[in-house]
Amino acid sequence: MQVRFLLFASYRDLTGVEDGGLELPPGATAGTAVAALRARGAPWSALPDRPVVAVNEEYARLDRPLADGDEIALLPPVAGG
Amino acid sequence: MFVDVTPDPIVPEEVHACVGDPADGAVLLFLGTVRDHNDGRPVERLHYDAYRDMALRELRAIVAEAATRAGTDRIAVVHRTGTLEIGEVSLAVAVSSAHRAETFDAARWIIEEVKRRVPVWKREHYTDGRGEWLPGETPEPAEERA
Repeated sequence: MQVRFLLFASYRDLTGVEDGGLELPPGATAGTAVAALRARGAPWSALPDRPVVAVNEEYARLDRPLADGDEIALLPPVAGG
Repeated sequence: MFVDVTPDPIVPEEVHACVGDPADGAVLLFLGTVRDHNDGRPVERLHYDAYRDMALRELRAIVAEAATRAGTDRIAVVHRTGTLEIGEVSLAVAVSSAHRAETFDAARWIIEEVKRRVPVWKREHYTDGRGEWLPGETPEPAEERA
C-alpha cells in the first residue's frame, strides 16, 4: 500500500523533509511506517521510535492499522498557545 | 462558534466580535502574546509551525466540548502561525455566556486544552542569534484520554 507521511517542527528540521510517499506491506500499522522512515539511515534514524502520530488528522496509537491512501503525521510534543 | 489557524495578524476586535448575545452578561477576551524572555533567556521573536488542517479539527473539538461544559456556543479561538515579534498576539480566545464563572472557566479550560493537544509548535529565537523548538506536551489518542 501507498501512504503519505508528514513531518513537522523539529522532525522536519532533522530530516530536511516536509512530506513524502511511503510504500508499505499489507497489514502495516502506524508503527510500521515509523520504522520504515527510521530505517532510511541517518538522519532519519534519529527520529524517535515511538513518536506521537496522527492518522488522517486524528491522534492514533502506533498499532493503528493503515490503509492505502492514509496520511500519517509524526508529531513532536505540541507547544501551542 | 469560530476557530481559525492563520498566518495573518490576529485582530482582537474581530475575535471579540464573534461572541456576545443579548442573553450574555459576561464577555471575556484572552490574548496570548509573545514575551521577551523565557526561562531567563532573552527572546527576540517566535516562530509557530502548525499541522493546520488537524489543528482546525482539534480546535473545533475543543470548542464543541467547551460549549457543552459551559452551556454557551459563543466561543471563538484563533491561533497564529509564522514568525511573531515581541508583543504580537499568538492566541486569542473569546467567550461569552450568561454569567462570569462559567465564562472564565470555559476560557481557561480552552487555553489549557489548546496547549495540551493542538498540533502547533513554537521555536524561540534568542538575541544571541540561536534558536530552539520548545519542549511541549505529549498528546494521547482520544480514546486513551481520561
